[in-house]
Amino acid sequence: MSSPVPRNKVAQWIEYRLPVFSWVSHNLTDFPEPKNLNYWWNFGSLAGIMLVWQIVTGIVLAMHYTPHVDMAFNSVERIMRDVEWGWLIRYSHMNGASMFFAVVYIHIFRGLYYGSYKSPREILWWLGIVLLLLIMGAAFTGYVLPWGQMSFWAATVITNLFSAVPWIGGGVVEWLWGGFGVDNPLLNRFYALHYLLPFVIVGVVVLHIWALHHRRSNNPLGIDIKSEKDTIPFHPYYTVRDMFGMGAMLFVLFIFIFFIPNMLGETINYVPANPMQTPSHIVPEWYFLPYYAILRAIPDKLGGVIAMLVSILVLFILPWLDTSKVRSARFRPIYKQLFWVFLADCIVLGWVGAQPAEGVNIVISRICTAYYFAHFLIIMPILGKLERPRPLPESIHEAVLKKRGPAQAAAAMEKH
Amino acid sequence: MRRLIAAASAALVLGLTGLSPAALAATEGAALPHTDFPHVGVFGKYDKPALKRGLQVYREVCSACHGLKHIAFRNLTALGLSDDEIKAIAETYQIQDGPNDEGEMFERAGRPSDYFPNPFANEKAARASNNGAYPPDLSLITKGRDGHEGYVYAILTGYEEPPADFALGEGMNYNKYFPGHQIAMAPPLNDGQVTYEDGTEAKVATMAHDVVTFLAWAAEPELEERKAVGLKVLIFIGLLTAVLYAINVRIWSRVT
Repeated sequence: MSSPVPRNKVAQWIEYRLPVFSWVSHNLTDFPEPKNLNYWWNFGSLAGIMLVWQIVTGIVLAMHYTPHVDMAFNSVERIMRDVEWGWLIRYSHMNGASMFFAVVYIHIFRGLYYGSYKSPREILWWLGIVLLLLIMGAAFTGYVLPWGQMSFWAATVITNLFSAVPWIGGGVVEWLWGGFGVDNPLLNRFYALHYLLPFVIVGVVVLHIWALHHRRSNNPLGIDIKSEKDTIPFHPYYTVRDMFGMGAMLFVLFIFIFFIPNMLGETINYVPANPMQTPSHIVPEWYFLPYYAILRAIPDKLGGVIAMLVSILVLFILPWLDTSKVRSARFRPIYKQLFWVFLADCIVLGWVGAQPAEGVNIVISRICTAYYFAHFLIIMPILGKLERPRPLPESIHEAVLKKRGPAQAAAAMEKH
Repeated sequence: MRRLIAAASAALVLGLTGLSPAALAATEGAALPHTDFPHVGVFGKYDKPALKRGLQVYREVCSACHGLKHIAFRNLTALGLSDDEIKAIAETYQIQDGPNDEGEMFERAGRPSDYFPNPFANEKAARASNNGAYPPDLSLITKGRDGHEGYVYAILTGYEEPPADFALGEGMNYNKYFPGHQIAMAPPLNDGQVTYEDGTEAKVATMAHDVVTFLAWAAEPELEERKAVGLKVLIFIGLLTAVLYAINVRIWSRVT
């Protein structure tokens, strides 16, 4: 690539004062990426796209929504019926939340499989966990806004969790509510927070990408970039791949938006909130179900809340719990198996979180919760010491050539 | 790539089958007798004659106790009614308006821009007239009940003599499909209850089917447009994605 700054006089005038052209070149077009990234590396950019998707649809919804207990539900119906393409905007936002979580979870499990959290990417990983927590906050406050039955009762159940805090719990809950029950003050502040959080998320995303660009992307081999031969410029290779990924994701998202828009939601949320009538079965959205299962698995209220929090906070110390020197599961024969066991454990937790907490379900949720924590606190530290990793390749470049087969490799060698 | 597609489709199937508690809850009671409505399904459209007949059933039967507050008379154009027909329907309702210049509320004939009026002034009045029960607004009834259209149809047709050992409360009715089987609503439909303008025989099953179709439209008036636009969008994004994949493969073939 030639000089990043165009010959154009205006461009040079701008570049001298604010170096946008060299910035774009350095961070985007010419940015060197490992040449062996697979499609699982698409999900970071997909999460970024979903963030923009949610902000754009959300701002339009905010123009038509009324955060008042007597009007919120009706204003949402008004959007669905009378606002031009309102149903499309709302269903896009509603199902967009699920899509956002789906790609974020895949992104996180990608990181777990390929050891992306290990040195020198611990802070990058921390920022990712902060993002997960912020996204959960945005999703929860947003779910309350339509003020349907499940909105109201989800807000009631979750805010009541704070009453488990010893001594000051009751006061904290009243402070959160802004009154003596879930009512208009809570709806107002949740609306304010729901509008605020996405922009906080944008800020942390900037830090996340900064950290990423400083220490560069991990890759499926989990070995460091050693020379320029191991890399290719971001553009056009990863721009085109990310655009293809976006198309594929939107295809799935549009199936939900246009044909099964309410499948992931709760039927009862189309009944206006009624503080006098508790639904027989209070369940969160699918993306919160594993945590909900952990919460309910512990027989003690405070213990359940702590376990639920720790289930995410434990990720912060994962870089030190995992004692293996090797990043990628490709070269860790036992971890490679246990990764899938852990994923299955999370899926079972999600399933049991949707079931009534009775009979065998309680036993299943307790076993899975125990395994969840054992995976991080027992298996990861011990496994790293015991496991004998397979030999790592010399470099990314060599591994890529080997994979291509000898004929192509020879041809490529000649070119160099 | 192939593995990725397999994983993605597995996740989708899991999502479709495993994680839908609403779908599970609907099957708790007896199996629903009739769920095969023509507007359900990927290319499904509302049955227009049934919509019009359903409007008649709502107006002549349900509206005695149930509101339809999210539907304005003007919305009925979607049923194929002309402006004059809509005006005529609106005028049959008395709408409270005001206050006028003397500060008094007054009643006037309905206009197309008005919404279907509630049969009761407030919830207390509704309960007082209905043995303590509150007849829910029907605008979102098919969307807001597990089992959806099939459940509403089942309730309308599910009245039976209670089993001998069943203790039925005073003024309550036995319904096979209602949770707990005790429902305050008396059987609303009887054969020949309405005289259909299009000459269709007004059996209970027909009236139930028609009014449920109408209520499904009231809950999701955008359904037909949504599916039609959705099909075009999917074709577009599918082609675009295929082209992007081809470009992707081509560009990556340069990498050595």
